[in-house]
Amino acid sequence: MTPVYLDNNATTKVATEVMEAMLPYFTELYGNPSSMHTFGGQVAASVQTARQEVASLLGAASTDEILFTSCGTESDATAVHAALRAFPDKKHLITSTVEHPAIKALFEKLGKEGYRITTIPVDSQGRLNMELLTQSLDEETAIVSIMWANNETGTLFPVEKIGRLCREKGILFHTDAVQAVGKIPMDLKNMPIDMLSLSGHKLHAPKGVGALFIRKGTPFSPYIVGGHQEHGRRAGTENVASIIGLGRACRLAEEKMGEENTRVRAMRDRLEKELLRHIPKCFINGDPDARLPNTCSISFEYIEGEAILLMMNQHGICASSGSACTSGSLEPSHVLRAMGVPHTAAHGTIRFSLSIYNTEAEIDTVIEQLPPIVARLREMSPFWSEA
Amino acid sequence: MWDYTDKVREHFLNPKNVGEVENPDGIGEVGSIACGDALKLTFRLGKDKKIAEARFKTFGCASAIASSSVLTEMIIGKTLEEVEKISNDDIAMALGGLPKEKIHCSVMGQEALEKAIAYYKGEPEKILEGEIICHCFNVTDVDIRRAVQEKGLTSLEDVTGYLKAGGGCGNCHEEILQIIQKSQGMTILEPKKPAAGMTNLQKIRKIEETLESEIKPALIRDGGNIELVDVDGNRVLVRLQGACATCSRSRITLKDHVEARLRTLVAHDLVVEEA
Ligand code: FES
Repeated sequence: MTPVYLDNNATTKVATEVMEAMLPYFTELYGNPSSMHTFGGQVAASVQTARQEVASLLGAASTDEILFTSCGTESDATAVHAALRAFPDKKHLITSTVEHPAIKALFEKLGKEGYRITTIPVDSQGRLNMELLTQSLDEETAIVSIMWANNETGTLFPVEKIGRLCREKGILFHTDAVQAVGKIPMDLKNMPIDMLSLSGHKLHAPKGVGALFIRKGTPFSPYIVGGHQEHGRRAGTENVASIIGLGRACRLAEEKMGEENTRVRAMRDRLEKELLRHIPKCFINGDPDARLPNTCSISFEYIEGEAILLMMNQHGICASSGSACTSGSLEPSHVLRAMGVPHTAAHGTIRFSLSIYNTEAEIDTVIEQLPPIVARLREMSPFWSEA
Repeated sequence: MWDYTDKVREHFLNPKNVGEVENPDGIGEVGSIACGDALKLTFRLGKDKKIAEARFKTFGCASAIASSSVLTEMIIGKTLEEVEKISNDDIAMALGGLPKEKIHCSVMGQEALEKAIAYYKGEPEKILEGEIICHCFNVTDVDIRRAVQEKGLTSLEDVTGYLKAGGGCGNCHEEILQIIQKSQGMTILEPKKPAAGMTNLQKIRKIEETLESEIKPALIRDGGNIELVDVDGNRVLVRLQGACATCSRSRITLKDHVEARLRTLVAHDLVVEEA
C-alpha cells in the first residue's frame, strides 16, 4: 500500500530537483562561504544565487533583504526581537489568537516579561477582527505580527491592509508567511510588509533552513551574534547545502505556482465537495473565499480526530487532526477554539493539506475510504444516536 | 503518533460489543463531548446473576475505544461482586498497557462500570466531593489528591494523563502542582523574590565591577568604551566613548547590551541612560 500523504502543512517531501541541487555541496563544493579562497568563493556565489531565488519568489526588491535562518521559528523570533530592540521604549505588541506556536509562545513569554500584549480575535470563519486591530494600534506599539495564512484552516489574512494601517502609524509589521510562501503569489516590493518569515521544509526544501525578509531601512539588530555572516545580521556558518536547496525550491515554487493554484486547488475542492456530499454533519473550517489552495480543514461531528486519523492510517492515508489527542494536549486546537467551532465538532476535525505531488487517484482513495470510517466511528459514538 | 500495543490496536480496529443492551440492568455514562471523551456502558444480568451481555458506546480516541471494548469482554460472564473489583489498572493491563498520556481512558472505563453497578443497585449518583480545581475537565482537589496518593503520581503530566486535569487551558497548573507538592510533604515553592536589597554603595560597586569585567571588554574590542557617570536610585547614567559614541546603534548597545547585562548581574530594575 503506497501511502497517500496529505499532511503537507506539517512538512513536505524534498523535491528531487532540490536534492540534486544540494548534493555537490556535501562533496566537492564543501568550502566555507566566508573563506577568501576559491573553495569559499564558489560556494559564496551559489549562496548568493539562492538568495536571488528566494528574493524572486517573494517579489523582494533586493537580495540584501533576504536573511537565511535555520527555520520559520528562528525567523519569527529574530523579527520580533529586532523590533523590540529598535524601539526599547515601546512595550506594546499585537498579534492574533490563531498564530502558530512560534509566535504564540513567544508573545506569551514576552507578556510574562512585562510587555503588554493585544491578541486580536477572529470570527467563526477565522477572519481577523480588523476593527479591533485598528483600535489597538497606539504610540506604545512596537510591532504587529500576524500570519499571512493559517496553518490549520488555510485562511488568508489581509496582510496588505494590516501593513498599511501599521505604516500610517509608524509601527513595524511582521508576517509569519510560512504557510503562504510558494502557494500564493507575492510582490513584497509593492507591499507594506517590513518583515516576513518563511521555512524551507514547507515548500519542498529540507528541514533546518528558513529565511527572514527584512525590508531595506527596517531597524534591525541581530538575534544571534558572533561572526560576520549574513552581513552581520546572523552569526554562524551558513547551512550551505540547505540554503542551496531552499533557493532551488523557491525557483520551483515560482514555476509551479500556477499548478498549485489550479490543479491542486481543483483537487482540494473536489475532495471537499465529495466529502460534504457523502458524509452528513460535517463542515469546512476557514474563510470560504480567502483560503490557501491546498488546505482543507473539515469537522466531523460527534466523533474524535485521533480515532479518524488512525483508521485512515490503516488505509495508508496520512493527514493530521485539529484536535489535540495527537499533540499531547487534550483540548481542541487553539485555532478551532478561537473560531468558536463547537465542541461537538472541534474534537473531530481533520486537516488535509495537499501538494503538487498529490494525484487525483489519491484524492479518490480518500473519498472512497473516509465515509465508511466516519460512519463506523459514529456508530460507536454515544452522541451520534442522540443527534 | 501514540505508541499503542497490538492489543489496543486490535480492540480499536475491531471493537467487541459495540452498541447498547436492550432493557439494560445497568447503565453507566461518564465524560462529555466537551471533554473529548465519553463512554456509555450498559449491561444485562443473566438468570445466574452473572453479566450475560455488555455493550458500549464511546466517543473518543483509539485508547478510549479499546478500553471500553476490552472492559466489556472482561465483565461478561462475571458476577457483580467480581466485576466490582475491576480497576483502571486491570483495564490498562488487559490492553498490554497504555501510554501514560492515555491512562485516563482506562479510568473512564472504571468510572462507567462503577456508575452502571450503582444504577443497578439503585444507589444515588455520587456528588462531586471537594472543590473544582480544573474547570476544563471538572476535576476536584479531592480527586487529584486521591490519585496522587493512591497511584503515586509525581508530576503534572502524570496527573493530566490520569485525570485529564490540566490538559486544557492550563489555568489550573499552579494549583495542581501545589496539591502534588503538599501530598508529597514537600514545602511549597514560593515564587522567587527579587534579591535582597543592597545598600547604595554595594550597588554602585557591583555596577562598577560588572562594567569593568563584563561590559567594557566587549565594547573596547569594537573600538568603543563606556564610562560610569552616576547612579541615581535605579538609574545608571553612563557615557559611551569612541566608536560606540558615534555608532548609530548606540541606543541598542545601551539597552540591549549594557542594561540587559546589568539587570541580570546586578539588579533587575536598573535603567541605563546616556548622561
Ligand atoms: S482549568 Fe484545568 S486545564 Fe483548564
